[in-house]
Amino acid sequence: MPIQIIVEKCTGCTLCLKACPFDAIRMMDKKAVINYDKCTLCGACVPACKFKAILLQKEVCPVKVDFKDYKGVWVFAEQKKGKVQPIAFELLGKARELAADLGTEVSAVLLGNRLEEEIQELIWRGADKVYVAERLELANYQDEPYTNVIVELINKYKPEAFLCGATSIGRSLISRIAIKIKAGLTADCTELAVDREKKILLQTRPAFGGNIMATIVCPNYRPQMATVRHKVFPEAISDMKRKGKVIRENFDGAILNSRTRLLDIIDEIESTVNIADADIIVAGGRGMKAPENFKLLEELAKALGGAVGASRAAVDSGWMPYSHQVGQTGKTVCPKVYIACGISGQIQHLVGMQSSGTIIAINSDSFAPIFKVANYGIVGDALEILPLLTKKLKEVLKR
Amino acid sequence: MRGSACSSAWFSGIDMNIIVCIKQVPETTEVRINPETNTLMREGVKSIINPFDMYAIEEGVRLKEKVGGKVTVLTMGPPQAEAALKEAISLGADEAVLLSDRAFAGSDTWATSYTLAAGVRKLKEYDLIICGKQASDGDTAQVGPGIATHLDIPQVTYVKKIEEVKDKTIRVERMTEEGYEVIESSLPLLITVVKEINTPRMPSLRGLMRSKQAKITVLGVKDLDVEATHLGLCGSPTQVAKIFTPPARPEGEKIEGTAEEIAVKLAEILKREK
Amino acid sequence: MDYLFTEEQKMIRDLCRQIAREKIAPIAAEYDRSEKFPHEAIKIIADSDLFAIFVPVEYGGTGGGVLDLSIATEELSRACGGIAVCYAASALGTFPIVLFGNDQQKKKYLPDLAKGKTIAAFGVTEPEAGSDASAIKTTAEKKGDYYILNGTKHFIDNGGEAGIYTIIAMSDRNKGARGASAFIVEKGTPGFTFGKKEDKLGIRASVTSELIFSDCKIPKENLIAKEGMGFIVTMKTFDMSRPGVAAQALGIAQGALDVAVKYARERRQFGKSIASFQGIQWMLADMATKIEASRSLIYSCAKMIDSGNTNVAKESAMAKLFASDTAMQVSTDAVQILGGYGYMRDYPAEKYMRDAKITQIYEGTNQIQRNIIALQLIREAAK
Repeated sequence: MPIQIIVEKCTGCTLCLKACPFDAIRMMDKKAVINYDKCTLCGACVPACKFKAILLQKEVCPVKVDFKDYKGVWVFAEQKKGKVQPIAFELLGKARELAADLGTEVSAVLLGNRLEEEIQELIWRGADKVYVAERLELANYQDEPYTNVIVELINKYKPEAFLCGATSIGRSLISRIAIKIKAGLTADCTELAVDREKKILLQTRPAFGGNIMATIVCPNYRPQMATVRHKVFPEAISDMKRKGKVIRENFDGAILNSRTRLLDIIDEIESTVNIADADIIVAGGRGMKAPENFKLLEELAKALGGAVGASRAAVDSGWMPYSHQVGQTGKTVCPKVYIACGISGQIQHLVGMQSSGTIIAINSDSFAPIFKVANYGIVGDALEILPLLTKKLKEVLKR
Repeated sequence: MRGSACSSAWFSGIDMNIIVCIKQVPETTEVRINPETNTLMREGVKSIINPFDMYAIEEGVRLKEKVGGKVTVLTMGPPQAEAALKEAISLGADEAVLLSDRAFAGSDTWATSYTLAAGVRKLKEYDLIICGKQASDGDTAQVGPGIATHLDIPQVTYVKKIEEVKDKTIRVERMTEEGYEVIESSLPLLITVVKEINTPRMPSLRGLMRSKQAKITVLGVKDLDVEATHLGLCGSPTQVAKIFTPPARPEGEKIEGTAEEIAVKLAEILKREK
Repeated sequence: MDYLFTEEQKMIRDLCRQIAREKIAPIAAEYDRSEKFPHEAIKIIADSDLFAIFVPVEYGGTGGGVLDLSIATEELSRACGGIAVCYAASALGTFPIVLFGNDQQKKKYLPDLAKGKTIAAFGVTEPEAGSDASAIKTTAEKKGDYYILNGTKHFIDNGGEAGIYTIIAMSDRNKGARGASAFIVEKGTPGFTFGKKEDKLGIRASVTSELIFSDCKIPKENLIAKEGMGFIVTMKTFDMSRPGVAAQALGIAQGALDVAVKYARERRQFGKSIASFQGIQWMLADMATKIEASRSLIYSCAKMIDSGNTNVAKESAMAKLFASDTAMQVSTDAVQILGGYGYMRDYPAEKYMRDAKITQIYEGTNQIQRNIIALQLIREAAK
């Protein structure tokens, strides 16, 4: 197996046992032993061992490919109804930093129909080149034609990195592309950087519900692909002086075929309270006691121009609709300010909101885990504090 | 024709072959961080079926109950993943296949979907493959689309409703950030489902008895038509370079006082941070 | 304690525990407040085959015994005594058909009851006939191929919600208790209506109603066993079901103890968790011991019945008596441990106390149980 315990170095300290997320290490005669039926080779034990007694062979099957031809950082410019989505501008900002470190340029890939103004905006936001494919068949996202077209473009122009939003479109699309061209893909990166020596992308993402962070690399395959969630990186600022090149590609025939057919797009009114887009979220949990108390949250959110979120407990109790749920089984949010009222802060909830800018927690239980991530903690009754806070805030904002 | 009275023309007696792909994951509700050492505390952490896969199993079983056919659950994992397959049988699945081999260890999403696709091919006949939208331990949402691509079949992700199934076509609703899309597809198709699609049932006593006696088919490398270079750690383009615990957030500030005093202080903070 | 369950009994326990925890506990307080019938929970219980436990295999059941049913009832009661009684009352209404029904009756009614497509109820009690079943006034007069039922039953669990009712009525008023007969009456039969729905102290998720028969004509095929067997049907049914009532009490007691232990560990006073105070510890220890003693008694009695022993009147009375008195004490102590919180409806302790009380009253008050035990003792001594 590619992972081994070097028995001579193992001191039996059991640190690796605690680090293993799969319960795959046991002590036997005061030495660590790996249960290969359970081990997934995740590598969590390797840095945990202070004695360098665990060996994980990474280069078990060296693939030597010449990557000289692969150049440039690409960004998938997701558009809906002809409008490029903000996630593309967020990725462009990051792509510029990466391209600077790699000494290369940034390109955007835009598929759709009649997108003239959008092309210009992509250049202003940081694209040196924009690859454009315009066809009626590409007007709305469809897995197969989009995949086929982008695979063609990648094969032709050979980018070294490809970034895509972790949206419902992006996640579906990039997974198909990565399989087709056999490329490595890292989902939901919270940090992207460049290893200046090896000139490869360092993709960092949370694992195990945010309990550990993993840095993923993909040295032997190109392009290096990653998705990033909405609002993780700031949008690139539009600079109308920027110039760029537009490269139009024409596609025809079978490449545009789709076995799925989009019949209808229905926008629901509910999405106007899209908490994933809100800068301020006032969220409530079981500690709000009753559904009618969510009015207190709504009033504060209104005063702040924010949205109302809810914990799973509150949603499961039927106090708020699912679209407001924050956390692992709900939405991941990253507002400037997150106010958690009567939310204890189970790990599933924390995963969905802990990257928020400022976290304010109000909870009557001083031991609630939410206080571990809060910048400001208030041990008290949210039902009592909220109405007063809304009143004071209105006064303060008027001044 | 959408929205007309005939829009829910469910065809019974189609006899669909449905494959549900599941994953066994650690129950993250149980995973805690030791605040002193900042390491995972996994004492007593149970292995469960990925919560999103529960909706996939339920949808497969409901579909079978409506149009007839068979539900086969498929997973890749260590021998103890059999428990997840047995649970799926207690929830109404008919057959179960486990892909288990040390050569599969260390697979990333590319190699995992390659191996699962090989498992699906082994089952030969299939009309619909159902996956949960993502696994709770990795959250990548890549394996479902990956399987579809390896099999060269279409996919619809984030399905929140199956509207209609006919002999060779299916119509579904796909959840988006703004609402949903209505999509029609030919079969075979792979869908990934979201929790809005149904409420998973509890196991039944008869299902539990059946699962106890169920025989799980276990397939290894030699049973599948696969190339070794695409398997496990070798076949995985991504590598874990480093694993570390996230930097602890700096200690928060406690705000104390009467409710009135707290409200005043908070209002100032909010004005500043807004 | 390990009671050496069979594989199937362990499955029943684990399944019911899962249903109780995931599906019943979250809605228990709401149904207690609203007094609505828990259709949703009953459907889950039905889909999980739990109504099949008390039906023989040849009629679509799983053919479980009294112990299996006791285990299921205990686990469901642990989350909500009210929802559990809807389940247990259906078993009570089904037993007469299982025990005394003919093949035709079993084929007609049991498969649907096993699936939980419909539930059953048992109607003995009348306004003036409680513990004294011989005082029943409802009559069944034979006319050709039919019996005509007239009279009123009250305090009938599942009344109005059940589809199938086993009714005890006097077919010959001159013979006293020997003049009673048992009948199957389907909901919707002309002349069969429902009266007042009771507003109860506890088990409020269950529905308890009046059944009114006025010239209700039922086919003679619906007579269970023979004319005059009504009292025996009733007694044998209660012998079977009594461990179930005891199991209900046991579940309620266990649920109350769970709440008390959890609270005692979390609640801090004088800088410590109150679980560290000996006063609380001794209370918890006594509660747990009484619960385990109830459990032993109930399981032993259930095993006795399952092994074919029919002379179980004393043992099942003991189980019911001890378990229900324990439930009342334990749930009262749980309220005490939670202090002021225990008295408040926002906290779960007081519901257990309200739910517990009925277990000392129905299916024979605990005074009647003592009579049964004493009578049996004296009889044995006289032998």
